[in-house]
Amino acid sequence: MSTTVPHNPEPRFDVDGTWVGASVPRREDPRLVTGRGRFVDDITLPRMAHAQFVRSTVASGAVEEIDLTGTRDTPGVIAAFTAADLGLGDITAVLERPPSEFVPTDMPVLARDRVRFVGEPLAIVIAEDPYTAEDGVEAARVSYRSEQAVVSDEQALAEDAPLVHDNAPNNTLLDVSMFATDGIDDVFADADCVVRVDARSSRQNALPLETRGVVASWDDREEQLVVQTCTQVPHQVRTVLARSLRRDERAVRVVVPDMGGGFGQKCVVGREEIAAAAAALRLQRPVKWIEDRKDALSAAFLAREQHYDARAAFDADGRILALDVDIVCDMGAYSCYPFSAGIEPLMASSEMPGVYRVPAYRVRGRAVTTNKAPSAPYRGVSRPQHVMVMERLFERASRELGMDPVEIRRRNVITTFPYTGVNGVTYDPGTYLESLDLCEQLVRDEGWYDRKRELAREGRVLGVGYCCFNERTGYATEAFAKRKMTAVPGFDISEVRMDTTGAVVVTSGTLSHGQSHETTLAQIVATRLGLDPARVKLHQGDTDRVTYGWGTFASRSATIGGSAVSLAADRLVEKLLHIGAHMLETRPDNVELHDGGVRQRDDHGQTLSYAAIADTAYLRAERLPKDTDPGLTATASFDPPGDGTFANATHAVVAELHPGTGRVEILRYLCVEDCGIVINPQVVEGQCRGGIAQGIAGALYERISYDEQGEPSCASFIDYKVPTAGEIPDVEIHHLETPSDLTENGAKGVGEGGTIGAPAAVLNAVNDALRPTGIELDTTPIAPETVQRALEESS
Amino acid sequence: MKPAAFSYHRARDVDGASELLSQLGGDAKLVAGGQSLVPMMNFRLARPRHLVDIARLDELSHITPDGAGLRIGALTTHHTVETAKARLGGGFAVLSDAMSWVGHVPIRSMGTVGGSLAHADATAEWCLLAVLLDATVTVRGPDRAERTIDAADLFLGFYTTTVEPDEILTEVIFPRPAPHAALTEFAQRHGDFATVAAAVDLDLDGGTVRGGRVALGGVAPVPVRVSAAEEVLRRGGPAGPELFAECATAAASAIDPPADADGSAEYRTNLARTLVTRACEEAAHR
Repeated sequence: MSTTVPHNPEPRFDVDGTWVGASVPRREDPRLVTGRGRFVDDITLPRMAHAQFVRSTVASGAVEEIDLTGTRDTPGVIAAFTAADLGLGDITAVLERPPSEFVPTDMPVLARDRVRFVGEPLAIVIAEDPYTAEDGVEAARVSYRSEQAVVSDEQALAEDAPLVHDNAPNNTLLDVSMFATDGIDDVFADADCVVRVDARSSRQNALPLETRGVVASWDDREEQLVVQTCTQVPHQVRTVLARSLRRDERAVRVVVPDMGGGFGQKCVVGREEIAAAAAALRLQRPVKWIEDRKDALSAAFLAREQHYDARAAFDADGRILALDVDIVCDMGAYSCYPFSAGIEPLMASSEMPGVYRVPAYRVRGRAVTTNKAPSAPYRGVSRPQHVMVMERLFERASRELGMDPVEIRRRNVITTFPYTGVNGVTYDPGTYLESLDLCEQLVRDEGWYDRKRELAREGRVLGVGYCCFNERTGYATEAFAKRKMTAVPGFDISEVRMDTTGAVVVTSGTLSHGQSHETTLAQIVATRLGLDPARVKLHQGDTDRVTYGWGTFASRSATIGGSAVSLAADRLVEKLLHIGAHMLETRPDNVELHDGGVRQRDDHGQTLSYAAIADTAYLRAERLPKDTDPGLTATASFDPPGDGTFANATHAVVAELHPGTGRVEILRYLCVEDCGIVINPQVVEGQCRGGIAQGIAGALYERISYDEQGEPSCASFIDYKVPTAGEIPDVEIHHLETPSDLTENGAKGVGEGGTIGAPAAVLNAVNDALRPTGIELDTTPIAPETVQRALEESS
Repeated sequence: MKPAAFSYHRARDVDGASELLSQLGGDAKLVAGGQSLVPMMNFRLARPRHLVDIARLDELSHITPDGAGLRIGALTTHHTVETAKARLGGGFAVLSDAMSWVGHVPIRSMGTVGGSLAHADATAEWCLLAVLLDATVTVRGPDRAERTIDAADLFLGFYTTTVEPDEILTEVIFPRPAPHAALTEFAQRHGDFATVAAAVDLDLDGGTVRGGRVALGGVAPVPVRVSAAEEVLRRGGPAGPELFAECATAAASAIDPPADADGSAEYRTNLARTLVTRACEEAAHR
């Protein structure tokens, strides 16, 4: 089923004629590392003005007056607009669920009569330069009638809680019980062992290096609004812009230049980009808005603040019998478009059983609204949290039952595929057990268990922790439709065009914002066509150049985008063979691709280069077969069948706790991952490492807290402790390859795995180290003070 | 995060800078490395009308050992001190070693010794070293009037010093070698402002402690000397775990630190104990 790939495989294209699997150097690197990348903030247009936003300074309240007199009088300020001035349509995400399950709420582009979080945009100020724009913001006078802020999930759900949205009783935007196995209470009552975990994760910021931003301008000749913005989903931004501005969608063009990350924060439609576009139309001048870091930290889309009350029942042999979970996600002030506030609880409810054979399952998932910056998807969406809870349940059960924590997992992971779980999801083949075994073997071979024991004698405190998980990658239309979304991502459409020289341009509805698609999608197409990848150029991120697509998120690009480009390339191959056979005057089944051209099967001396075929297809169309259209273009779409494909991995962490300071030091980080066929090992490993860094950040460092008034605690990187290279350990990565039958290239997607596995592995390592103290920690991030106190109390 | 409007002046020499300060009055602020002031201006937490740039006054960038001890010009960068260990000699190696705790390399390459002292962050390494080693700073006022301020009298509170708005801090003088001194600190991320910082200077006679100084940062609005801990060192004894633990416990008992998101008062007290112990050990091993 699976094969082990050596750590740094040699490029394999020279062995079997394929570019897939080769560490082809990133095509993006030369321009990016020499400062020749072009990001939104690098764009300058003639007469361009600069925007900043007047933002709410209170978390909850009625807006009594927005006085922009001083703003408009500020030297350098061109204009300032409130919601009333622009009259824009709201952004509303809808799920097809009854009102008892989901309450749609409107997010105005600029707040009107009410503000719901500190940082909410109230007015847009347009000035000649970014400095005077801020002067204008400072001169605005907003008066509020401040109300009691709702700043926690408990407060939101309290009986007498003030309502964040009048139409959302109990401050609940989503309340869904997706699964409830009959007789589950009896299973718990009769079980040998029942364990409980009450876990919390903190609000985080996905923190792309490049903050959000936009340059909006009007093009008279195209009769089009041109919006250059850093989004993961250009077509969805176009759809919402057209609706909000009440224009034909063709009259809006969204173009994405180079991007410095997104991690989900940019896969939802932002209010500021719409306001900036509306201002550009109003003023008939290009308008640029670059989100500054202060706003990015507190007023951009956040994520991950969740509370789990979970119970699991086990038999005496450590086999899990039942899982019962109550999940409350604090989604902040608004529903994000297109996913809605249901994104986190629906993901957790659907995927919680993970890699384990769970016979009985009951779950209630809720999204509550609070007076905090709204949530959007963030790399891994809920899975870092529910995997952490699941892994804590297994660790706790292993203690209760006196079992080895790896052995208890071994007894419960799914080993026969396809497997349809209690959650109704069918899992394609993976290496759940193999990755666990290999990871444990690596830890054992490196002697960590012995060192832990030896060092304990010197008073040093070490722990070993594991995390075993899977990750659905490439969600199909059907999978999202199951969640009752009304804007349902899933498919992707690609077009492949060959020019008269035999070079190829390929379009993809996916959108690389750091994932190296220019390299990897070119590798795929080059392999299908037998071309050098250097002759394949990718076009993405321009709604006028690319057919409607769903962008890049949820690890969908290699699986869905990669499959669509493959199918389009295959169709082009058919046409090349068809024309080639005609030109060689032989039967269509007597030709094959060879070395950038077509040759006759029964006479290898009879060959045609692609350029020769293209010359006929474009310049000498009179020579084409009668049934063949001129030109060399082909289009195809792909939508994964059924539940899509699942990547998997096991992570292991060795951590040392320092008693004097409470510092958690990661001594070793091992990752055994299986993302199916690896298209480019270097890119896969980059994804793993970056994801793991963000997972460690969630486990140990990052937290946005709010005081009672709803004031966030993250004005700068002094407060928001994103870890640096100094805190992130080296990661050793091992690959297993279980090709997926559900995608065109056997790839499974790898975008989020690192982030999913790290919190549980780190937390389990810390708890293993704390074992002699009897203290267990289930809330992230783990502060040094918490560790210090745990070690102090027990000594 | 763009500063409010300001006028920029570049001084040609110290006298010129001094003159500009007198002319421009209270709305002027000196800038050298700008590593603290500029971010504060970007947040509009500081909004000077005038910036007087002294970064190019080479006369204030020097490291000079002489009879008075070690003189360091105000515009000497952290990085220069960090890499000048051989020139400083064993008596002042602690200054070079402490620099690895100052921010990150880009900050150390721009930030200056005098700027750090004048900014007076409660956890700043230079402030702590000055207090520990009884340094004095030289300031130049209008009409070339010069005076010196003992480190003990320099810091008034958070970000406030006894340097007057029309004065320029030109030099810091470390009066005596401290061959057995060390500074250490804890922050969750390396390069951050310390949650607590500790510095110790031991008077060693072979393996015996005959006295010493203990200073802590991050436990009060200004860096403090901890006399209770110094009393333990003055009573003396073998340089070893027992004495160091006693010294650290005395230090921890003597402070009443603040609480914030980085830790409670109790946690800071525990950190002080850990870090004073660690600083004693490192100092003894020099």
